[in-house]
Amino acid sequence: MIKRNKHTRRTVIKNAALGIGALSFSAGFPSILKADDNIKIGVPTILSGRVAQLGISVTNAIKMAVNKFNEEGGLDGRKIELIIRDSRAKPDEAARVCRDFINSDNVDVIVNAEASGASFAVQEVIRESGTLCLHTVSETTSLTADPSIRAWNAFRFSRQGIHDAVGSAKYAAKIIEKKGIKKWMSINPDYAYGRDSDDTFFWALEKFAPGFELIGKGWPKIFQPDYTEVITKIAREKPDAIYSSLWGGDLVSFIDQASLYGIFKNTEFFAINLADYTTMNAIRNLPKGLHSATRYVAAWPDTEENRAYDKSYTDLYGDHPTNWSWEASIAIDYLINALKETGGTDNKKLAEALKGKTIPSFMGVGEGNTVTIRDRDQTITNYSIGWGTTIPKEPFIQDVQAANWDTIENLEEEWLTNKGWI
Amino acid sequence: MELVAFLECLTSASCIISQTAGGLKIGMLLFLVASGLTLVFGVLGVINFAHGALYMLGAYFSWQVMNTTGHFGLSVLLGAIGVSIVGLMFERGLLNRVYNAELLIQILLCYSIVLILDDLVMIIWGDEFLSSIGIPEIFQVPPLFVLDAIIPPFHLAIIGLSLLLAIGLWLLMTKTRFGHLVRAAAVNPNMLEALGINTTVIRASVFVLGSFLAGLGGALASSIGSVVSGMGNSILVESFIVTVIGGMGSIGGAFLASIIIGMARSFGAIAMPLFTDGIMFLIMVLVLILRPHGLMGDKK
Repeated sequence: MIKRNKHTRRTVIKNAALGIGALSFSAGFPSILKADDNIKIGVPTILSGRVAQLGISVTNAIKMAVNKFNEEGGLDGRKIELIIRDSRAKPDEAARVCRDFINSDNVDVIVNAEASGASFAVQEVIRESGTLCLHTVSETTSLTADPSIRAWNAFRFSRQGIHDAVGSAKYAAKIIEKKGIKKWMSINPDYAYGRDSDDTFFWALEKFAPGFELIGKGWPKIFQPDYTEVITKIAREKPDAIYSSLWGGDLVSFIDQASLYGIFKNTEFFAINLADYTTMNAIRNLPKGLHSATRYVAAWPDTEENRAYDKSYTDLYGDHPTNWSWEASIAIDYLINALKETGGTDNKKLAEALKGKTIPSFMGVGEGNTVTIRDRDQTITNYSIGWGTTIPKEPFIQDVQAANWDTIENLEEEWLTNKGWI
Repeated sequence: MELVAFLECLTSASCIISQTAGGLKIGMLLFLVASGLTLVFGVLGVINFAHGALYMLGAYFSWQVMNTTGHFGLSVLLGAIGVSIVGLMFERGLLNRVYNAELLIQILLCYSIVLILDDLVMIIWGDEFLSSIGIPEIFQVPPLFVLDAIIPPFHLAIIGLSLLLAIGLWLLMTKTRFGHLVRAAAVNPNMLEALGINTTVIRASVFVLGSFLAGLGGALASSIGSVVSGMGNSILVESFIVTVIGGMGSIGGAFLASIIIGMARSFGAIAMPLFTDGIMFLIMVLVLILRPHGLMGDKK
């Protein structure tokens, strides 16, 4: 005899909600076990789900730098030991993973490879514990710019929203002048980073090319599979230009779907996150002439050092580095420098060694191709920011124009002052 | 709320046509997936939380066939059939063991399948998102202009195909012996067994059909979007909303609710661009308050 379940509508909906919640739940596992005399670095990151590629390209870069350090003898024989755990992109899970690193694994340093939402959660954990933390992925400006969020033991080695926004706006202003662009729309992911990017870009654009008209905004959800409703809105409004901070698979889907409407034929498209190999390779027919910032491409900066970095990574992993890879590589370079300088893992001494430090880097555009960790807010500056236009095949981007860091820092200061952050 | 823009849209023929066509396309793709979910619930009494993962598998299978054969139609068809086979294995191997178990046990089983499939596709196809399979050459033409509204021909094809499937599904469920047996199994499976009907075959068939629809939705979605592990999660939530609004177990209700959700998203993007998801949930809440059994669901 078959017994039918007597599920009422209420129990079904209640349990369904629990099921949806369960989809968001996850647990991580250590990938590398520890030995007691080593320098232990905890790396919370995203190794599963839609943005696993972020965590994998970051950990690849970290492992590449750490293996080299260890092979060269480490710090007086002490080797770096990585403990990498998956947060599944959940802020609460990232915080839990970090607490475990600190309380159970006794890590010396945390190299945080989480996106913005989880990075804010990590920041609160390390503020409480006083553990040195190197943020390598989060681009949301307030993480290090807002004094109420900033922490003495946290340093950012990733791009920062306001820097990219000023560089982008300056480039866009040149195109506006050249092509007589008036009407703008924006399409940004509906979460902290997308809103931050939208605000800062148009604020900076007003400085360089005042008088434009912002005729509409689209806010698709992150990981939304179908962009039809925002695309039909664009098709109806017929803007001269669109600004977008969509990224990864979302940007790929948007470009594929918008191409069906012929959106890019008459509209200048400015995509800040397009020029990353994984994204450009995944677009079915990458339209020629889209404008993009150089997230990471081997062709920019056009230096031997950058090409050598790309080659080392590609030889090792069979794929190009991503934007997240270079950010993590520079963070580890800085950490290794500080370890050597201080001769140990004392977090206060390491933090002092990092502050204001300038080092040569393949992504550096400071004097002598250097990057700097700015003393004031412990964030990286003088990294390469460029904009160019797309071509369908490698090197994917051409006519790159470099952003000027004096312009960026001047306008950044004005923006921070307006915010009451300096 | 952008009321002026919304009112302007309602007084513009091109805007109404453009947003309606967009809403129909969103709704029809959603219907393909949601109809499978509601069908499985209606007959088996199981909320298949692995339905989104089956949708994802459809996209991956389709991508694989496309990259092997280069044939769009074959890739979509084999993608959906491949998922049907996985669905049959899932139902026969695991799900049928928990038909009489507590609902939470069923959900736990489905959730574990979601986790396994999400990781499995990354092991097989890699952690990076894959490019879309693209659209057939016949549709790689400039979009149509109807009273200044832009409509891509491929969207019309998706709408047409989904409508045909909806009609086919309706005919299957109402005009065939199989459909009568399925509906009878949903109401009183014990009586059906007493009459000598093999309900095990009926339940397996229904699950295979539900899986086919999920796989087909995923395969079609892969033609205009990137393919990535976990891509089924957001469509699952939307499908569940459709199922609740339409009435659990009602194919007709799922069809109506899918169109409502498609329109809500399409016109909502103009009226309330920051609240389009909220509109969907709001509609669901209103339906639950005013008509708890859904628009076309059975009161019992």
